[in-house]
Amino acid sequence: MSTATRSLPRTIGAHAILLTYTAIALFPVILVIMNSFKSRAGIFGAPLTPPTPKTFDLIGYTTVIGQGDFIHYFQNSLVVTVASLFFVLLFGAMAAFALSEYRFRGNSLMGLYLALGIMIPIRLGTVAILQLMVASGLVNTLTALILVYTAQGLPLAIFILSEFMKQVSDDLKNAGRIDGLSEYTIFFRLVLPLVRPSMATVAVFTMIPIWNDLWFPLILAPSEETKTVTLGAQLFLGQFVTNWNAILAALSLAIMPVLILYVIFSRQLIRGITSGAVK
Amino acid sequence: MGSLNIENVKKAFGPVEVLKGINLEVTDGEFVVFVGPSGCGKSTLLRVIAGLEDSTSGRVVIDGQDVSVTPPAKRGIAMVFQTYALYPHLTVKNNMGLGLKQAGTPAAEIDRRIGIASSMLSLEPYLERRPAELSGGQRQRVAIGRAVVREPKLFLFDEPLSNLDAALRVNTRLEIAQLHRRLKATMIYVTHDQVEAMTLADKIVVLNAGRIEQIGGPMELYNSPANEFVAGFIGSPKMNFVDGARLGETAKTIGVRPEHLTVDPKSGAWKGTVVHAEHLGADTNLYLDCEKAGLITVLIFGVYDAEPGATLYATPDPAKTYRFGADGKVLK
Repeated sequence: MSTATRSLPRTIGAHAILLTYTAIALFPVILVIMNSFKSRAGIFGAPLTPPTPKTFDLIGYTTVIGQGDFIHYFQNSLVVTVASLFFVLLFGAMAAFALSEYRFRGNSLMGLYLALGIMIPIRLGTVAILQLMVASGLVNTLTALILVYTAQGLPLAIFILSEFMKQVSDDLKNAGRIDGLSEYTIFFRLVLPLVRPSMATVAVFTMIPIWNDLWFPLILAPSEETKTVTLGAQLFLGQFVTNWNAILAALSLAIMPVLILYVIFSRQLIRGITSGAVK
Repeated sequence: MGSLNIENVKKAFGPVEVLKGINLEVTDGEFVVFVGPSGCGKSTLLRVIAGLEDSTSGRVVIDGQDVSVTPPAKRGIAMVFQTYALYPHLTVKNNMGLGLKQAGTPAAEIDRRIGIASSMLSLEPYLERRPAELSGGQRQRVAIGRAVVREPKLFLFDEPLSNLDAALRVNTRLEIAQLHRRLKATMIYVTHDQVEAMTLADKIVVLNAGRIEQIGGPMELYNSPANEFVAGFIGSPKMNFVDGARLGETAKTIGVRPEHLTVDPKSGAWKGTVVHAEHLGADTNLYLDCEKAGLITVLIFGVYDAEPGATLYATPDPAKTYRFGADGKVLK
């Protein structure tokens, strides 16, 4: 039915485009999850069909769980991701508050310097970082990863958060000052709750690359003790034989935590993305 | 207790001088209104008094004590903001009590003061609500209550009525006037609305471009403005300014308030045609394009029928005509 604000062809067109895009975006993920429940023969025989009673097999999952250390890898990934996220949000928000709230010499220069990291990939400095970690004895520790990821996440966090913090009413902060609140209380109790949606946005943007990263775990912390999930999954990737069941199962499992964190943040996230657009 | 002295206060943001040397004396219990066009520095001056902004030079003295370097919370002031600035995560009660709690006041005393303030502002039914559940007028009353409970030496109001709609504005204005009468406290009020200034103030400070143009009571400013700026700013509709040379006068500019002009269809001093008529019921605003005086406004009390295009003669009341020199100052 056509009304003043919508017409049928346009609605169909818009939905068709969106559905196509969704299908394309979800296809690899669904393929991974689907095939993780199939036997080896099933994966190679008909990779695009869902598991049938004949091809259904949990061998991938039993291999992964049976490998024993996988729970440990998960733990490592989770520790690194959550700790880095915490530090990125804490320091990012504090720096953003300072940049947006206080007038001091070199304020905008400092802001530019802190945002520079967005444009320069941290991996360019891998060799220097490795030397630094060797010198400070942090190789093969989760601390090394947390430090690197915190540095990697900060520029974007500061950039986004300082924009949002500028929107927090000056009157509110001044009311706090007149009531005798310290700058820390103003920051933690008044400002942070108001920029929560943007914090969630930053959290998601920061979290996903950290969880998925293979580069730094491989270089800085490849020991058995400190392996992360993405690195652990490499175990099944051989030069001559690849255990596809196990890899697909490991990847399917690896999606879960990040999905859970995303669901937690997403309610805030949507508000964060749209809050600039519609008052 | 509650006097304020401002001595030669200057404030510059980089190369931009916002306050160019302000001197002001406020005695205990006075209601002082800072008024001026936007960008005149009135809010900056208030923020310097509050301690939210450091002055570049000069002294701020509250109750005989130099507070130029005292943090805002220790100055014995309370401030009401244009945007209410209530703490969104706290209930009305906690919003009002936070300042006292920070200062270490005993809980019983805080409750007593909140009780008095909330009954004064009829906020009792809302004490457990959060700001988001209140209307604009209620929020502003909470903000005023938050100031009242602190029992400050000095109340500072920063355009508190600007975010309210017209009807609420009148009500809240009345409430602030009553509050002042009841508390007998010193209040400083910033507004760009000259009606608020006229109705509330004991003393009006007219600011323009970082300088004080004139200080005086509302009627003093209305009856004897010191210069063209004050004459034009105080009074509504605005005073008519006519080029003196066109009238054959020695003064640079002649000023006549719209209410001090009379019109007659037959004869008068300035012949003109009606451009537009605004009928407000209680009074009528006529815009006349005069041969000698240019476009002028005439305020007539009551209803006056005038069609655009009609010819009318306007005559100024000679006793209430102002003469301004080339420097804008009034000529005695």
